Amino acid sequence: MTAAKHHVTIKGTKDGLVFVLDDTCRFSELLGELKHKLETTHQQILTGPLIHVQIKLGGRILNEADKEEIRELIGCRGNLVIQSIETDGEPPVPKAWLENHIKVIRGIVRSGQTLREDESLLLIGDVNPGGSVLSTGDIYILGSLRGMAHAGIEGDEQAVIAASHLRPTQLRIAEIVSRPPDEWGIGEAFMEFAYIRNGVMEIDTINHFHRLRPERGKG
Amino acid sequence: MGEAIVVTSGKGGVGKTTTSANLGTALALQGKKVVMVDTDIGLRNLDVVMGLENRIIYDLVDVVEGRCRLPQALVRDKRFDELYLLPAAQTKDKDSVTPENVRDLVLELKKDHDFVIIDCPAGIERGFRNAVAGADRAIVVTTPEHAAVRDADRIIGLLEKEKLEPPKLIINRIRSQMMKKGEMLEVDEICQVLAIDLLGIVPDDERVIRAANSGEPTVVDPSSRAALAYRNIARRILGDTVPLLSLEERPGLVQKIKQFFGMG
Repeated sequence: MTAAKHHVTIKGTKDGLVFVLDDTCRFSELLGELKHKLETTHQQILTGPLIHVQIKLGGRILNEADKEEIRELIGCRGNLVIQSIETDGEPPVPKAWLENHIKVIRGIVRSGQTLREDESLLLIGDVNPGGSVLSTGDIYILGSLRGMAHAGIEGDEQAVIAASHLRPTQLRIAEIVSRPPDEWGIGEAFMEFAYIRNGVMEIDTINHFHRLRPERGKG
Repeated sequence: MGEAIVVTSGKGGVGKTTTSANLGTALALQGKKVVMVDTDIGLRNLDVVMGLENRIIYDLVDVVEGRCRLPQALVRDKRFDELYLLPAAQTKDKDSVTPENVRDLVLELKKDHDFVIIDCPAGIERGFRNAVAGADRAIVVTTPEHAAVRDADRIIGLLEKEKLEPPKLIINRIRSQMMKKGEMLEVDEICQVLAIDLLGIVPDDERVIRAANSGEPTVVDPSSRAALAYRNIARRILGDTVPLLSLEERPGLVQKIKQFFGMG
């Protein structure tokens, strides 16, 4: 994108029109230009019979409210029918971050309750004895882990379990089960995490996390 | 319109029925109009603890099945005019009433009573769902034991799914000597795990057992420390700020507290 006023490109295809919206400018600028083009400069090609419209957002990720604004703007022209709003290619966030995407959950996992996520998870709250937390990825707990945690349930041996206060009844990473405190001593340290080294579960303080799992959580 | 409070615990034998009986009586002592509902159908106890067994004519299931009107089934307490008991049936089981039945019943009772105390059976099945159905708030009773705390936690999880106010906690049967030696879970530890407000602590007291066996709720006997604890809890339910009972058993101090509350 070179000049200032080319955030919205309208192309014709055999199926209708494609609106290519620039993903590097501010959303408000985008809306402004879209409005301008729809209402003034591109009058001729936008009038006539029903035209199907595809909208390509590039790497921009919009929430439903923003998408609705675009729909409303284009919907003003009665003959334009939106077929799709697509986000493609590289998202603006680094890929590494997305791969390490962490689901944040707030609350207490009490006895008899199970929390399961198909991605790494950050729990803000406690896991009580009798409660369990399962994740295909890592488990981070900002609170006390007194129940059971199972990270890497689909076999990821690189997965870790970290907690501000690590006092679990049992820990599992991938296929490996550990039952503290029989298998590792309980110190008075805070913010510890469990990981697997040579097929054995180990515990270390959180400040060593970046060294033991350098590929986890890189931004 | 009164308020319905369910007394529950998950685990059996931690003192739900004793707590219900004593809270009901303590609230009546404070001049409130109270009805206690025993929802432990098939294993009714509350009438025995209250010493009212021989006055029962109709029970909860009779009301639900239309064999009598609700006021007919209410048993008036022998000590307080404004304290009533709706006994459970002894011959039926928990499936003979539905949560909807209990909800309607409690709604009806709330119309002419300040408090409806619902005594919940142990467990998390039908009996629990029946008991919780009509309640506005819940009191969870536990003892300083891992098993009891575990079950209390489970119950709190289930209560959080109901549309109730956040439940409050009573820790029952505290032995200060054992707690001091670290042989028993500490109050702070329990509160930390369960993460709900503490409504009160009740010391272990032989007189509670003696009182239950003679059909006199402990709370009427002012010389018992457990009685003082239950009275304090009742006052907290009514909105007063009362400090937690001291676990120290120095008679001088206890005497002072009693005198302070005018019970010495």
